[in-house]
Amino acid sequence: MPRRELIDVNVNLSRWPMRRVPCDDTRELAAKLRRQGVTQVWAGSFDGLLHKDVASVNARLTEECRKHGRGLLLPFGSINPMLPDWEEELRRCAEAHRMPGLRLHPNYHGYKLDDPALGRLFKFAAERGLIVQLAAIMEDERMMHPRLRVPPVDTRPLARLLKETPSLRLVLLNALGVLRGPVLSELLDAGETYVEISMLEGVAGIEKLLQHVPLERVLFGSHAPLFYCEAARLKLKESVLTQEQLSQIRAGNAARLLASAQSGA
Amino acid sequence: MEIWDLHCHLSGLPGRTPDERLGKLIEYADRMGIARLCVYMGMEWAYDPSPEKLREDNDAVLRAIGRYPDRAFGFAYLNPKHTQASLDELNRCVRDGPMVGVKLWVAMRCNAPELDPLIARATELKAVIFQHTWLKITGNLPGESTPFDLVELAKRHPNATLICGHSGGDWERGLRAIRPHKNIFADLAGGDPTAGVTEMAVRELGANRVIYGSDVAGRSFASQLAKVYGANIPDSSRRLILGENLKRLLRPILGQKGIRV
Repeated sequence: MPRRELIDVNVNLSRWPMRRVPCDDTRELAAKLRRQGVTQVWAGSFDGLLHKDVASVNARLTEECRKHGRGLLLPFGSINPMLPDWEEELRRCAEAHRMPGLRLHPNYHGYKLDDPALGRLFKFAAERGLIVQLAAIMEDERMMHPRLRVPPVDTRPLARLLKETPSLRLVLLNALGVLRGPVLSELLDAGETYVEISMLEGVAGIEKLLQHVPLERVLFGSHAPLFYCEAARLKLKESVLTQEQLSQIRAGNAARLLASAQSGA
Repeated sequence: MEIWDLHCHLSGLPGRTPDERLGKLIEYADRMGIARLCVYMGMEWAYDPSPEKLREDNDAVLRAIGRYPDRAFGFAYLNPKHTQASLDELNRCVRDGPMVGVKLWVAMRCNAPELDPLIARATELKAVIFQHTWLKITGNLPGESTPFDLVELAKRHPNATLICGHSGGDWERGLRAIRPHKNIFADLAGGDPTAGVTEMAVRELGANRVIYGSDVAGRSFASQLAKVYGANIPDSSRRLILGENLKRLLRPILGQKGIRV
C-alpha cells in the first residue's frame, strides 16, 4: 500500500528569537514531524528574520536539511531585498543550494510590498522557477515582545504585483488569521497564489475555507516548531472533508506546485 | 481519557436557535472526542451587557444546555456594573437552575470592589468563576482584566475558585502572575497553539492547576487540543488537563445538583 503523503509547507529551523521552543533542534524536529506522518517539509530558517548575514543563514539551512533531513527537508532560502546585492543571494539559492523556493518576511525586513525591489525579486524568482513564500505574520501581534513589535504585512499592493508577474508561484504563509473575504479572494484571483492552514481558526475551519477558496490553492502547513505541529493535523480531522479534499490538502496540491515549479511548466 | 472543554461559545456557528447551534458544536466535538462542553454568553455578544441583555444571553445558554443535559454545562454571564441584576441571574441560573459557573468578561476590570458581592455569592453556591484576562502590548479594552487584576481579586476571596481566562494571553507573564495564588487556575484556551505554553503552565503551576478549553467557535477544537496533545508532559498530566481538573472543580456543585459524573 502506498504511504499517505503529507507535505508541510510551513516549517522553520533554528531558534525563534524570543524563546526556546520544543523541537528547535533540527534532528528532534525532523523526528517529531516524521512521527506525525509528515513526508516532506518546506523549511525556512528563523535566522532569516533578523540576521543580516543571510548568505550564512541559507548555507546553514541547506546543510541542516542535508544532514538531518534524509530527504524530508527541502530548504527555502531567506531573501532580504533591502540588503545590498540581494540578487546574488537569490542566485545562490537557485544555483548553489538548488533550493526549490524562497521565503520572504517583508515586515521583519522593513519594506512595503509596493517597493520596486520586490517586483524585481518576483520577476527573478519566476524566471528561475522558484516558488516564493511570503509570511504575513509570525506571531500574534498582541503578545509580541515590547522591543520587537512587527505589524502584519500590508498585502494591498500584492494583487497588482501578481498581475504583473503572471508566472510567479506564491504561497502566503501564516495569512489566514489576517486575510479573509474579498481581500483574500482578490489575491487568489490575481495570480497563482496559495494559502496554508497553520493560522486558520474557527470550528470546522477548512470546511468554511473551502466555501471561498478553491481546493487546489489550499496547502497543509503547521508553522512548527513555533506552533505545536499537531494543530494542523487535527484541523484535517475536525472538518468534514471528502477523500479528494483531504488528499489534495495533505499533499496533492503541494506536490503539483513543486513539480510544476521544477519543470518550469 | 475523557475530555471536558472549559470554554465554548454559541456565536459564530450555523443555526437559528441556541440549541441548533449547540447541536452543531457537539457534532464537531464528537469528531474530536470531546465529551462535555462548558458554554457561556449568548448568540451575539455585548462588552457591557444591560440587565436585559444578560438575561437574554443566559436564557440562550439555558435553552441550549436544556436540550443536551448530558453533554453541556452552562456558566452564567454577569456584569459587575449591575450588581443586583447579576445577583438575580446567579440565583436564577445557578441556585435555581442548572448552571454551574460564572463568566465575567470585559465590562469591568476584576480588581474592582463591585465584583466582591458576586464572587462571594458564587462561592456560596460552589460555582466556579471564569474571568477573561489578557495582557495586550497593543492595549487592553477599558474594562478588560489582566492576570494582575485577578490576583487582587483572589487575595480578597481566598475560598473562591477562579479561572484565569486565556492564561492572560501573554502566557509567559500571565502564568507567572498567578503562580503564587493556589485558588487561581489557568485556562489554556483562545490563543495560538504556541509550543511551550502547556509545558510552562505545568512546570510553574503544577498540572492540577491547568485546564483545557478551546474558545470555540472563534477558535478550533483542533488548535487548542494540540496544546495538550503536543506538549512534552507526562500522560498523567495530560489526563488532568483534559478533564480531571475540571471535573474536580465542578464536582461540589454537580454533587449539590445531584449530577453524577
